[in-house]
Amino acid sequence: MRRVVITGAGTLNPLGHDLRSTWDAMQAGHCAIDRLTCRDLDRLSVQVGAEIRGFDPVAHFERGKLSLLDRFTQIALVSARQAMAQSGLQITEELALRAGVVMGTAGGGNTTVDDNYRAVFEEGRNRVHPLVVPRLMHNAAASHISMEFGLKGPGLTVSTACASANHAMGQALMMLRSGMADVMLTGGSEAMLCFGGLKAWEGLRVMARDTCRPFSRDRSGLVQGEGGAVFVFETLEHAQARGAEILAEVAGFGLSSDAGDIVAPDLDGPVRAMRMALADAGVAPEDLGYVNAHGTGTTANDRTEAQALRRVLGAHLDKVPVSSSKSLHGHLIGGTSAVELLACLLALREGVIAPTVNFTEADPDCPLDVVPNEARRAPVDVAMSNAFAFGGLNAVLMLRRA
Amino acid sequence: MELDVMQDKDEVAQAVIEIIAEQAMIDRADISRDNTLSDLGLDSLGLVECIFGIEERFGITVPFNANTPDQPEFDISSVGAIISEVEKLVARQAA
Repeated sequence: MRRVVITGAGTLNPLGHDLRSTWDAMQAGHCAIDRLTCRDLDRLSVQVGAEIRGFDPVAHFERGKLSLLDRFTQIALVSARQAMAQSGLQITEELALRAGVVMGTAGGGNTTVDDNYRAVFEEGRNRVHPLVVPRLMHNAAASHISMEFGLKGPGLTVSTACASANHAMGQALMMLRSGMADVMLTGGSEAMLCFGGLKAWEGLRVMARDTCRPFSRDRSGLVQGEGGAVFVFETLEHAQARGAEILAEVAGFGLSSDAGDIVAPDLDGPVRAMRMALADAGVAPEDLGYVNAHGTGTTANDRTEAQALRRVLGAHLDKVPVSSSKSLHGHLIGGTSAVELLACLLALREGVIAPTVNFTEADPDCPLDVVPNEARRAPVDVAMSNAFAFGGLNAVLMLRRA
Repeated sequence: MELDVMQDKDEVAQAVIEIIAEQAMIDRADISRDNTLSDLGLDSLGLVECIFGIEERFGITVPFNANTPDQPEFDISSVGAIISEVEKLVARQAA
């Protein structure tokens, strides 16, 4: 089987505008959750979130092109540029046909939808911008990445709620393994910190009013964020042939469906996804050095995830650090597992485990080593990244140290 | 006056029971104040929809977060408990 490696990583997220600043913020345990700045904030009961601050789209895109780019596409493009630059890849005419893109997003151009519904319904306008459709479509980010870098192989978008990015990256892995492509840009992005995007989540009554405290006894729900990350995946052979620096190996992928409830977490589905990922990577539980948990900070997810981890890892769970970086950058919904993979890279590359911040008190229902509040140094050879979506669709990715 | 208040209270109770009955897809006559929502076959989604229905019906905001199991701000332990919480919120709004 063709092995697959990561040779580039880029990101724009609440913790940082590139890989290095994001790693530094993770290591420092910086929590990016703050008071939101969106329109009509006074009509929202949840007023905190993790926004990307200090990002000026005009500094990155021509004004004429910006009317085509929803914020989730801007995030994806900025991330993809960084990843491509780091990889050193040159897309020749020949390679273009063997290079593709798979991106994940849950809400697509949610902000564009929100703005234009507001224009026609609230302001009573009868005309919208002519490019609303290509701006809001879920595949806009994948398409713009393919256009910017001339990737002419497989291109698609995966939308599986909070597991979108992991499913996207798993799909890219399988395409590379099967020989459909030699290089894939992949990851996820999300930007729904607009009135409608927040109001919909508010309706579910699972949002924290203050901050995100995964696995902590006093946790009170999730906190939304925005952002994403994009990686260059390529076959080991291709990377070695051009002498590229390898950041990590994408060692395995597991996925499953709960076939249960549309929102309530399940034990069996995540257990099967994690076991499949471990088996696919050829990794025994004893070899696992770090788990980046789904860890949303809701009562139900965190308790169920802790049980699922115990079932999969047995006694070894007591020796594995399990942290939720959502406590740092919020829940980036469809883009979250891409940013969380950066925490796995941090563990593998620099031997630093990102902490679970805002942690106040252990919960007997979540008996885990959550790396509370402060980053920790530990050598890690294999890391696992969990994503369990609404709709009961689970996706688990495994990385191995290069 | 006293009678009016009683009627208002009864109206609240009847409306809450009606909302719960619709969510549980059962006859309102089969609901008693002692029932818990799980007795009536309502899961957490059904509960959230009931609370939404109550808020829309009375124009109130119910302090409810699905992550706090004991719901210190809004007692959901039985139909009767919910009715009296809603009565309090409606009275506070009228005041």
